Amino acid sequence: MVFVKKIVLDVLKPHQPNALEFSRAIAEVGVDYRVRLTVLEMDENTETRKIEIEGKAIDFEAVQSIISDMGGSLHSIDEVEVQSETDVG
Amino acid sequence: MLNITRTHEIVRRYFVVNGFDGALTMLGLVIGFLVSTPADLSVIINVCLGAAVALGMSGASSAYVSEAAERKRALGKLEEAMVTDLQESAHGEAARWVPLLIALVNGSAPFIISLLILAPLWLANAGIPLPLSPLYAVIIVALILIFLLGVFLGQIAGISWLRSGIQTLLVAVVTAALIYLFAG
Repeated sequence: MVFVKKIVLDVLKPHQPNALEFSRAIAEVGVDYRVRLTVLEMDENTETRKIEIEGKAIDFEAVQSIISDMGGSLHSIDEVEVQSETDVG
Repeated sequence: MLNITRTHEIVRRYFVVNGFDGALTMLGLVIGFLVSTPADLSVIINVCLGAAVALGMSGASSAYVSEAAERKRALGKLEEAMVTDLQESAHGEAARWVPLLIALVNGSAPFIISLLILAPLWLANAGIPLPLSPLYAVIIVALILIFLLGVFLGQIAGISWLRSGIQTLLVAVVTAALIYLFAG
């Protein structure tokens, strides 16, 4: 079975919700997610953020859904780290 | 949803502005009755209640129409900047629900404050004895509520609550004086 361990996303989002609320909402989607947001660009209405998410098994669809719910738009997946693990037993 | 649209500030502002409207309107009506030919208590209650309902409806409808238009415009601008449809996002939901919330506050603030001010009239009409004339009791309740609105404003602004309360009270006193001047 393959698990996504890390993804780095390029996301365009409105200024509200702010970075703290945005990253909290993404972290709440999973059990052990570690989320890091970095500003790439900013204009009057929007900001482009690099979002790094690390965890044991990242649910990409859930992350994409919460980004969309908060008014964000996923532009690209810039980095992915996956790991295959054999089932024990 | 409230955080995204920073609605707390707008709601607070509308509560005070329209609450003040309701309080001053009731004060004006009752003083008008006080300086006129004595009227039946039920007539006074009905006139004041009619005004309270009209204030509530006016507040609610005007707030809804204007806020809905503003939110729709703001959402359109954001969608243009994002190059994406935000109807299903928190922003789209806020654009639909926040005008309703603001309309509710804008309409209920003057209505509820008016009802509180009219309480002595209800009590007197129900046969409950009051320490002073119902109309004077209404005036005192109105002045107390106006003072409290000022205190609330003072706390929001971070200035002396007493000074802010006295300021709004002064407005009410000047209003009463003007009514006596023109109608008395």
